[in-house]
Amino acid sequence: MRRRGLQGWLYVAPALGLTGVFFLWPLAMVAWISAHNWPLIGRPRWIGWRNYVAAFDDDVFLDAIRFTVAYAAIITPVLFVVAFGLALLANVERRGVGVFRTVWFLPTSIGISTASVLWVWMLNGDVGVFTTILNALGLVHGPVPYLDSSMAATAAASSMVVWKTAGFTMILLLVGLQGIPRELHEAARIDGASYWQDFRHITLPLMRRTLRLALMLSVTGSLLVFDPFYVITRGGPQNGTISIVYWIYNSAFVSFRVGYAAALALLLLAVVLAVNLVQLVLLREPDDA
Amino acid sequence: MTATTLNASRWRPAPALAAAIYYAVAGAITLAFLFPVAWVLLSSLQPIAGVPAEPDWLPSWLSLHNYATLTHVGAGLWRYLWNSLTVAIGSALGVAAIASLAAYGFSRFRFIGRRLAFMLCLVALMVPFQTVLTPLFIVLRLVGLQNSLIGLGAVYTTFHLPLGIMIMLAAFDAVPRALDEAAMIDGAGSVNLLWRILLPLVAPSLVTVVLINFIASWNEFLAALILMTDQSNYTMPVMLVTISFGYLGAVDWGALQAGTVITMLPCLALTIAFQRYYVQGLLAGSTKG
Repeated sequence: MRRRGLQGWLYVAPALGLTGVFFLWPLAMVAWISAHNWPLIGRPRWIGWRNYVAAFDDDVFLDAIRFTVAYAAIITPVLFVVAFGLALLANVERRGVGVFRTVWFLPTSIGISTASVLWVWMLNGDVGVFTTILNALGLVHGPVPYLDSSMAATAAASSMVVWKTAGFTMILLLVGLQGIPRELHEAARIDGASYWQDFRHITLPLMRRTLRLALMLSVTGSLLVFDPFYVITRGGPQNGTISIVYWIYNSAFVSFRVGYAAALALLLLAVVLAVNLVQLVLLREPDDA
Repeated sequence: MTATTLNASRWRPAPALAAAIYYAVAGAITLAFLFPVAWVLLSSLQPIAGVPAEPDWLPSWLSLHNYATLTHVGAGLWRYLWNSLTVAIGSALGVAAIASLAAYGFSRFRFIGRRLAFMLCLVALMVPFQTVLTPLFIVLRLVGLQNSLIGLGAVYTTFHLPLGIMIMLAAFDAVPRALDEAAMIDGAGSVNLLWRILLPLVAPSLVTVVLINFIASWNEFLAALILMTDQSNYTMPVMLVTISFGYLGAVDWGALQAGTVITMLPCLALTIAFQRYYVQGLLAGSTKG
């Protein structure tokens, strides 16, 4: 361990410099900007708290909060059930299980906007493959209007998110599953426990920490969702699928209300920090099982 | 067969049947996961009625026509590929270099303000980058990097630094300090120690950092959408979404399929080739130390 002061600073200086200019400076600016009426081009004007007051009068923003929370509440359990199923299937010793695991994990590496574009094409009423399949099966005739209701549009976008992210959640759960000592399962089997009893009384309790981690990742990720609802549903129909980040983007770069967007961003940051704090507390709590 | 005798009352499928069920279920899921990727790949290679299939060396039921179309979309495929590649490679190498230097500094030196510097470098782990995007637009204008690929690369580098520092710090901390002392006795300076002795030892972590940051930058959409205002500076994901919106004329589904394939392929290939490294990087990102 060396104590020469200057040398240590020299090594961390590039990282500090970049972080300062491209992260800390803009982070400090968010607060400053949020207290202004700040057009993208032109003179900003100090207006104090008024952007924050306006946020709670903005029906689209309030709807965006409701929509985003509902989305997080729907996608998280679905993702968990699918990923847990995959993890259980991937946690066996059989020939070829490595191939299955790799394929299920593969969509993780595809960009979420790219996967969204893929879904736009597959969902298209005229050329989309889903329509072709449903028509071939004789279930419908002609184009299928997947994106005509908020419910259907959200479900369509969510199916992409599950496809893209289930494989990674599977890996997280798999790490947890493999951390359970094999002897515990063997002891349970000798005691005559069924597969379900083993799952319920050994697997689940010992996975608590992993489950909490996966839960928090899913919740924070869902609160920041943008791409699927910008690309697949474009916020529609009738503004029914506008997420929080979508509305911040819209306020800043479509309506050019930069100050207002900054206020919304700070509100979002407060929520995410609160969730992170809960996560820290929950993850610190020792496993009692 | 002990399980069967012990639990005579409980039905368990015979091993052959269990295997058949397992492979049927896992195989069906695997096909479902592969389907979107395989379908878009095959569709992108479909010849267009009335247009001779090209090039001649391909079988007549395949054609690269859709890929050729893509070279005329907007500023052309080559331009967008160049933009994406330079930004992704630049920021991946940038993170690897700058995070290694910083992690070396934090791991091997004690200096005044070390804890503060460390905290500042890692603040971004708690703050979602979506929060700072709006002011970042203004900051880039102030430093003369607005609408520039260098600016976008610097932004990606900054966003990905905290995780890079965490991974490299864990790697450096795992190398015994006795090695440093031996090298110092042999007269190595701190640069030599890092370059010749420590870096080769932490090479696997370095690969992880380069890989996850290349894929993350290659796929990133929201920041590129906001910060790149000139069409010729779009990255692949932004170009794809622009095509899907029909901003460049009626939606050309063939070009969309070809673009989706080109954007997905590097990520899929890298993931298959370096799965272990990629998974490790993502896991490090999910637990954040």
